[in-house]
Amino acid sequence: MKARRLVLRRLVLMVPTFLGITALTFAMAHWAPGDPLHLETELATAAPSPSAPADSLVVQYGHWLAKVIRFDFGQSLVDHRDARQKVWEALPSTVLLASVALLLAWLGAVPLGAFLATTKRARAGAFVSATLSLASALPSFWLAVLLLLVFANPQALDWFPFQGLRSPAHVVLPVVCLTYPTLAFATRQVRAAMQTALAQDFVKAARARGIPESLVVWRHAFRNALLPLITVLGLQLPHLISGSVVIERVFGIPGMGSLAVESVGLRDYPVVMAISTLTAVATMVVMLLVDLVYLAVDPRLREPAPSRSAEESQ
Amino acid sequence: MSRWVLAVFVIAAVCADLLASDLPLAVRVDGQTYLLPCLTRPAELRSTTTDVLATKAEWLVPTPIRFGPNQSSIDFERATPPPWGPDSKHWLGADELGRDVLARLIHGARVSLFIALVTVLLAVTIGVLLGAIAGTYGGLTDLVVSRIVEVMTTFPTVFFLIALLSVLRTQSLWPLVLVLGLTRWPDIARLARGEALKIKELDYVLASRALGASRMHIVLRHVIPNAMGPVIVAATFAVGSTLLLEASLSFLGLGVAPPTASWGELLTEAHRTLIHPGAWWLAVFPGLAIATVVLCVNRLGESLQAKLSHSGPVRLSRVEP
Repeated sequence: MKARRLVLRRLVLMVPTFLGITALTFAMAHWAPGDPLHLETELATAAPSPSAPADSLVVQYGHWLAKVIRFDFGQSLVDHRDARQKVWEALPSTVLLASVALLLAWLGAVPLGAFLATTKRARAGAFVSATLSLASALPSFWLAVLLLLVFANPQALDWFPFQGLRSPAHVVLPVVCLTYPTLAFATRQVRAAMQTALAQDFVKAARARGIPESLVVWRHAFRNALLPLITVLGLQLPHLISGSVVIERVFGIPGMGSLAVESVGLRDYPVVMAISTLTAVATMVVMLLVDLVYLAVDPRLREPAPSRSAEESQ
Repeated sequence: MSRWVLAVFVIAAVCADLLASDLPLAVRVDGQTYLLPCLTRPAELRSTTTDVLATKAEWLVPTPIRFGPNQSSIDFERATPPPWGPDSKHWLGADELGRDVLARLIHGARVSLFIALVTVLLAVTIGVLLGAIAGTYGGLTDLVVSRIVEVMTTFPTVFFLIALLSVLRTQSLWPLVLVLGLTRWPDIARLARGEALKIKELDYVLASRALGASRMHIVLRHVIPNAMGPVIVAATFAVGSTLLLEASLSFLGLGVAPPTASWGELLTEAHRTLIHPGAWWLAVFPGLAIATVVLCVNRLGESLQAKLSHSGPVRLSRVEP
């Protein structure tokens, strides 16, 4: 019952969060200068027409929210296409880059973090952590510019294309720029989680039983270290999306980030609202999934299943 | 080591006008002595600028770097138009308008470090207060604050900043700091709330409550002082990430308005002038400055963290033979 209560609690708490996100988006669009809402009210005050209803802000928000729930954000003010459609077209590039970067970062972070937590070679450990500190201190777009100067420059090394996202070769440089901050951050988290797990008594007990060190590290310690890491993974999604804004600009990739910056520049608020709401909702869903995964992997949160515990004690 | 590097940067930022200015430290013109005109900027010297100083000055103590951050040096002896590479006149080169990169770096340090420090100060103030109150009071207060924190963390920060800054439509320093501070507090609040949940169960809080202390008294006198350790560590890391964020915002055209020099703005200009192939000094030096400061700040955070944990610094080898 514990598990079901937790999930229910999460689901109920998602409602105020969703309302908060949409209210924030709506407020920003409402008070933005030069937006159609303002224009309408200005026209209305200049020449009061019977067709322009003077709704209160709350009512306007209600109308807007009713549309948003159906994912209807209206038309783009620039090319009068459906805002939903524009976001939908920009989505694949961003998702592709972010997911490849996330995957690579964690594939690197897990062994690196485990190495840092277990190594006895202090100098090797110090070297790796110093490199990671350096990596997390580099502004990603600066590195992107330097990479472009070196690897996409006909006068230097013309290995990769300069702009766009049309072939697998286009993916390499942006993914590098997105991966390394995530990798540096994730490695630090893995190391901390592994250190905590390795300091526990059950690890000592496992070693006392003569279980090989690799099994102790990976089966006993790592499985326990996974739990806090799942939360970290979930919280990385908004960071990755934020990071991709700049990277997409540098590499000229037509993704969500580029679309957001362009739309803000052109004061195309329906598109801006669509992007912010959709990304926030996506993050919310990911956080919910994180909680569900938590339930799935942490037996302590589940109701005690006698058959399983009997199995494990054998 | 890292704290000394940081100290050098902070001192350079504070003394920017004494280090790099178009006006000297002291000068006598037409029998009148001006002390520190680079700070006071007297109108007589400013209107006539360098020509007077070059011709009429009887004695002068120049600043170490004889250029202001926005001063284009016109140099007819050079064969090529700017950007010029590093040489004896411009130690770190000059950009495509002939402005000295080192002077801009020093003045940019003031802007960037100011933004980062004030932003974090603001975020810590809001975050600690709200987090400590939420954790101590519990109930509805906690629910509301936690929802707000969740909304803020769910929203991708950069989108929020882009939207908010474009709404404000100003590119001056204070609105930027305010907006950045408003987006950075949830992390601190989450941390402070967690600490408050632990602290409020401790015996001294119980003792205080037995003596009839109000909840606000407990928040201010017990929870916040005892939660500050982890908060300060988190704030130190936040200074580094805010510096990087400022650079990203400048790149997106939402930082402080040019020509004001900030490190992000310098990098952005470098990106804009990539058409000058080989002008590496424009991109490399500001990037190195940011990387150095962020690295040092993070190192400082790590050492604070190690001091804070009671077992001392975390040793790398936990494996017992």
